[in-house]
Amino acid sequence: MAMRLRIEQRVNVPKWLPPTTSIGSVVVAFLLGGVIFKIVGGKPLQALKFFFQAVFGNWAVFSDTMVKATPLIIIGVACAIAFKMRLWNIGAEGQFYAGAFGASMVVLVPLIPLDSPKVLIIVLMMVMGMIFGGIWGFIPGYLRAKYKVNEIITTLMLNYIIINWNNFWIFDQWSDRGFQMTATFDRVAWLPRLTDYAKEIKALSGVTLHLGVVFGLVAAIIVWWIFRYSRWGYEIKLIGDNPNAARYAGINISKNIILVMTFSGALAGLAGMSEISGVVHRLQESISPGYGFTGIIVAWLAKLNPFAIIPVSVLFAGLIVAGREIQPAGMSFLLQGIILFMLISSDVLLRYRIMIINTEEELA
Amino acid sequence: MTPNPPAVEMKNIVIAFPGVLANDHVNLTLQEGEIHALLGENGAGKSTLMNALAGLYKPVSGTIRVKGDLVNFNSPRDAISKGIGMVHQHFMLVPTQTVTENILLGLKEPRFAMSLKKYDQKITELQEKYGLFVNPSTKIWQLSVGEQQRVEILKTLYRGADILILDEPTAVLSPREIGELMETMRSMTEQGKSIIFITHKLGEVVDIADRVTVLRKGVVTAEGESMKGVTKKDLAHRMVGREVVFTIERESHDLGDIVMEMENVSAINNRGLPALRNVSLNVRRGEILGIAGVGGNGQSELAEVITGLRDCTGRITIQGEVINNYPPIQAINHGVSHIPEDRTAVGTAPSLSLTDNTIMKGYRDKPIGDGWRINFQVANEHTRKLKNKYNILAPSIQTPAGKLSGGNLQKLILAREINSEPIFMVAMQPTRGLDVGAIEDIWALLLEQRQNGSAILLISEELDELFSLSDRIAVISEGRIMGIVESENADIDQIGMMMTGMQQERE
Repeated sequence: MAMRLRIEQRVNVPKWLPPTTSIGSVVVAFLLGGVIFKIVGGKPLQALKFFFQAVFGNWAVFSDTMVKATPLIIIGVACAIAFKMRLWNIGAEGQFYAGAFGASMVVLVPLIPLDSPKVLIIVLMMVMGMIFGGIWGFIPGYLRAKYKVNEIITTLMLNYIIINWNNFWIFDQWSDRGFQMTATFDRVAWLPRLTDYAKEIKALSGVTLHLGVVFGLVAAIIVWWIFRYSRWGYEIKLIGDNPNAARYAGINISKNIILVMTFSGALAGLAGMSEISGVVHRLQESISPGYGFTGIIVAWLAKLNPFAIIPVSVLFAGLIVAGREIQPAGMSFLLQGIILFMLISSDVLLRYRIMIINTEEELA
Repeated sequence: MTPNPPAVEMKNIVIAFPGVLANDHVNLTLQEGEIHALLGENGAGKSTLMNALAGLYKPVSGTIRVKGDLVNFNSPRDAISKGIGMVHQHFMLVPTQTVTENILLGLKEPRFAMSLKKYDQKITELQEKYGLFVNPSTKIWQLSVGEQQRVEILKTLYRGADILILDEPTAVLSPREIGELMETMRSMTEQGKSIIFITHKLGEVVDIADRVTVLRKGVVTAEGESMKGVTKKDLAHRMVGREVVFTIERESHDLGDIVMEMENVSAINNRGLPALRNVSLNVRRGEILGIAGVGGNGQSELAEVITGLRDCTGRITIQGEVINNYPPIQAINHGVSHIPEDRTAVGTAPSLSLTDNTIMKGYRDKPIGDGWRINFQVANEHTRKLKNKYNILAPSIQTPAGKLSGGNLQKLILAREINSEPIFMVAMQPTRGLDVGAIEDIWALLLEQRQNGSAILLISEELDELFSLSDRIAVISEGRIMGIVESENADIDQIGMMMTGMQQERE
């Protein structure tokens, strides 16, 4: 029987299809990863079991995964809003560092007496984090809006500037006895963690999940609302889809470029604050294993949907956590790579319908 | 074993897309050396049928014979090897490369772009043979649209095509360029080429075609009829299935106060050259002022300076208030609506829904706009209403605008722009590329606007349209207004003279 493939463009994409292909590609990626594991002499099933144990095995490790997912969620959302307007903010990493610096200032300068109420200090840290991240987004936004400077280049370059700026402070001004880090913050500047309540609820002991995850969820909800219902979100969508039409509709594009970049930067800055105040508890050199860049991938894989960013972030956080457990650690990156490939190629299924047809029948 | 098989014989062609039967058992026969017009409304299936002949689509069933041989094309390459060349509506040229480079692109020879000079020679020969003159060493972006089309035709001829498919070649051309294209087509058929000419302009079919095939909604309604004795009216009937009224009733009424006034407006174009020179115009309440002119004489810039998309010197006022050199929102807030020249690149956002597109101008105001929010319930309801009222054909209001046909997209834009109850409206080429039925609808809508007291600036390259709709016609040439005439007693020859740059004679 002669068969051939027929590929047809889709007119309408059913609602269930995008999530199905996304989940399907992750499954296929794990299968492929398993095959590779087998080839190099590993035991794929055991490894998979180990992987899940290391990532979701109990409350403590799951909380660990969520701690890693927190900055990814916030940064993913930050990137999504810029990408929706086709603004290529690849400076979330720098904005994250800028936010961390701003938040640290509150404690290290200090901006207010450290015997102030905790709420006040935390809120001030959040505000400072967002202001500094926002400035780090505003600069490329302003340059793009006023002088048409390519934001890809400026956001990327600003990453290095802020990292070295931080280094100056931690190596010199704020150095803790010559170490390349500041002294640990006073507990008053720590975001509440679940383990803080271990006295009341025993089970929470060692569970490091902190309030930052709530920031992530709230950010996702707010940005979802902006996209779905707000005037601003509508303008962002319109500019992203056709800037000429947006201009024709009377929308001020320059103003929106600056606003969106600043907003995106402020969110990434909040991620930096949450990491400093929730996990690291001091300003130091490597506070991010590339969250700002992984966040870009997360935003794209979630198709810029703020809610989809949450599970995708958890998956990638899982891969980061598993990377510490699985040997060789490269396996985790390998899986990340395969997942990326699968998700990108699954896009074909969204745009085309592939059918197998019996050519004999066709001729008849 | 017939002595002279037809150049192309398509029989019982069926092409289906999900949800639509684009071609339903279509027959088409192209004789050698003839110009065969393929006529039909937008979406009738003309381009689809020709794409099958050019190897881009595969028919579900039916046979194609080229010069008697049964063929089964799997790619455009197969079609080219059988001597079939298609010039698409949207040119497929590389803007930064020269004419010669574009023509040679994708060919086996030359293998490396070293000495292209000797190919220039070969191309020049082709040019002389068919009268398709364009400098081979010029870069594409420097060429006018008409010249780019010549490059496309040369490309197919260079590949040895003797069956040419021209997909709506006149849609983008000025009247003078259309004349030149017709000359070229005639000289090509004289030298043995056969041409299929896709169009929906009746006048052109009558002017140039030997025979005509008419498609309506994927079905043939006239199969290869000789043009002798066929009238425009008859063809229009076959195309839309009903008589088309070509003269539209324009009630005369008294004009009101001046709504829009331009004084000594000058502007430069994107290349920094003067596009408008001291233009002074005014439009009154209830008046349609037509702007006639050959394309590219400052019409686009004229529309842009009024709507705030381009800066200028001089003064433009709406009801006495200055609106030029402000952001576009200024004009919108003063009741100026705009039907842009380019409905896809400017007028709509292709991947956003119908709703998102219909609220483009009105999303700031109540009841659609509601503070920071947009009330999408109201917006959807509004869109549904417009869709019914203006008869916009689309599966749903959530359909992306980019999936609409040209006519429906234009109706969407008109619905949006008229619904804002404009004080003044700039309509640029509102019917370009549309079929007869859609043109009629749009004309009626514009006249209704006039009747309701809007002032309208109608910029068009179709003299028919200007004469049918305008109260006065101003002629623009090289950015200057050459003269303004009452359309009642306008003389088409006089307008033609002014279009070519001669001043209006003053009695």
